[in-house]
Amino acid sequence: MHNPQLNAQGELTHLLTTDGLPREILTQILDTASSFLEVSDRDVKKVPLLRGKSVFNLFFENSTRTRTTFEIAAKRLTADVINLDVGRSSTAKGETLLDTIDNLVAMHADMFVVRHSASGAPYLIVDHLHRIGRTDVHVVNAGDGRHAHPTQGLLDMYTIRHYKKDFSNLTVAIVGDILHSRVARSDIHALNTLGAGEVRAIGPQTLLPTALAKMGVRVFNDLQDGLRGCDVVIMLRLQNERMNGTLLPSAREYFRCYGLTPKTLALAKPDAIVMHPGPMNRGVEIDSEVADGTQAVILPQVTFGIAVRMAVMSILAGN
Amino acid sequence: MPLTHLPDAEAQCTALAELIRPQLLPNTMLVGIHSGGVWVARRLTQLLGLPEQIGLIDVSFYRDDFGEKGLHPQVKPTSIPFDVDGRPLILVDDVLYTGRTTRAAINELFDYGRPASIRLAVLADRGGRELPIYAEFCTWEVELRKNQELVLEPDAAGRLQWRQAEHA
Repeated sequence: MHNPQLNAQGELTHLLTTDGLPREILTQILDTASSFLEVSDRDVKKVPLLRGKSVFNLFFENSTRTRTTFEIAAKRLTADVINLDVGRSSTAKGETLLDTIDNLVAMHADMFVVRHSASGAPYLIVDHLHRIGRTDVHVVNAGDGRHAHPTQGLLDMYTIRHYKKDFSNLTVAIVGDILHSRVARSDIHALNTLGAGEVRAIGPQTLLPTALAKMGVRVFNDLQDGLRGCDVVIMLRLQNERMNGTLLPSAREYFRCYGLTPKTLALAKPDAIVMHPGPMNRGVEIDSEVADGTQAVILPQVTFGIAVRMAVMSILAGN
Repeated sequence: MPLTHLPDAEAQCTALAELIRPQLLPNTMLVGIHSGGVWVARRLTQLLGLPEQIGLIDVSFYRDDFGEKGLHPQVKPTSIPFDVDGRPLILVDDVLYTGRTTRAAINELFDYGRPASIRLAVLADRGGRELPIYAEFCTWEVELRKNQELVLEPDAAGRLQWRQAEHA
């Protein structure tokens, strides 16, 4: 099947999803990221790889943190970064997505980092760039609808590899609202490609998609059962807008059943790590004692995220 | 025509160490360029009785042909485990050719600080310079055609040796 992320030589030119990304490319991104990690520790936190390139952050949906980490990553590669608050400007005035893209291409954009509430929006942009013959312009999906958030998936893989080295014997649990989570999808695809021993999904039936078994995931509705013997626990944010009563009774009820506390975490392996893509809701999906505890690697995830985004942008720009 | 005789790289390392020895200052540090330069730099620290710590540079993030070739698929982390400011440095590589790798390495070092000096030590200088770069310490000058390449690699016992490759 045609993979719009790859060029004719099979090299990565856009990053749209971790689904169907060959293992060699995943590994190349993680290996490259480990070299970029050191750049952020230098006096001069910059390398000249993307000097003279213009990276446009196109966030049609709000996300200060993801936008900031992409901005930092691009700046540490010496790119020029332009942040467009598209939700509040052109789009609000009625411009279509592709007209916005055409205008920015006319301003000599080299790369788009796109966040959009509609699944597939970055694909539409890639398809359009292809049609207008601008295959030199690269697209990074920074989260599209419920579909994918590949750089978060990759930084999660980086974090797991950093602490656990090898994927093959690992049991990884993803806990929470998997139905609405593009992070969960990106994690599951990447974990499968990297050969993780077992991937589990834990959550109330109302927040689990039906196709999980087809993705090779073991489903648990009981947190205690699901956490037993896990090496990695990935907590997902419970989005407040799901709290309208149709999917969940209340935040307190959710915490009682699915909140990660020191007591429930004790069921996982003693050296299990706890991850969270942020922003956290303390007391909803995670207890403060766990979030601030020795097993949490939530802040290292943020640091690794910069290096992973630097790796992705420099690999794309070079292909 | 391939070179009929390739010199003993280990003996060259010993000769290179002797060239460097009189010029060493108490705080001189060696910086090896991945990967051949790192092997040579490690040999030199043993031969010169320097502290084991050396700098390692992978110039992939500083190359001037990134626009044409893209990022090298196996980038190694650069590691400069000492303060560069005010320190005399000796940059070590296996082969000096166009000088572009040396240029990239110098630029990268300056992102760590302002060294007192940087000098260049190589086992082989094959000519063909495209930049005003000069190796102060060099054990072997050799003429090669454009399609010929000198490769330094360790054998099964870990001894460094030269191999000559030809491209189409």
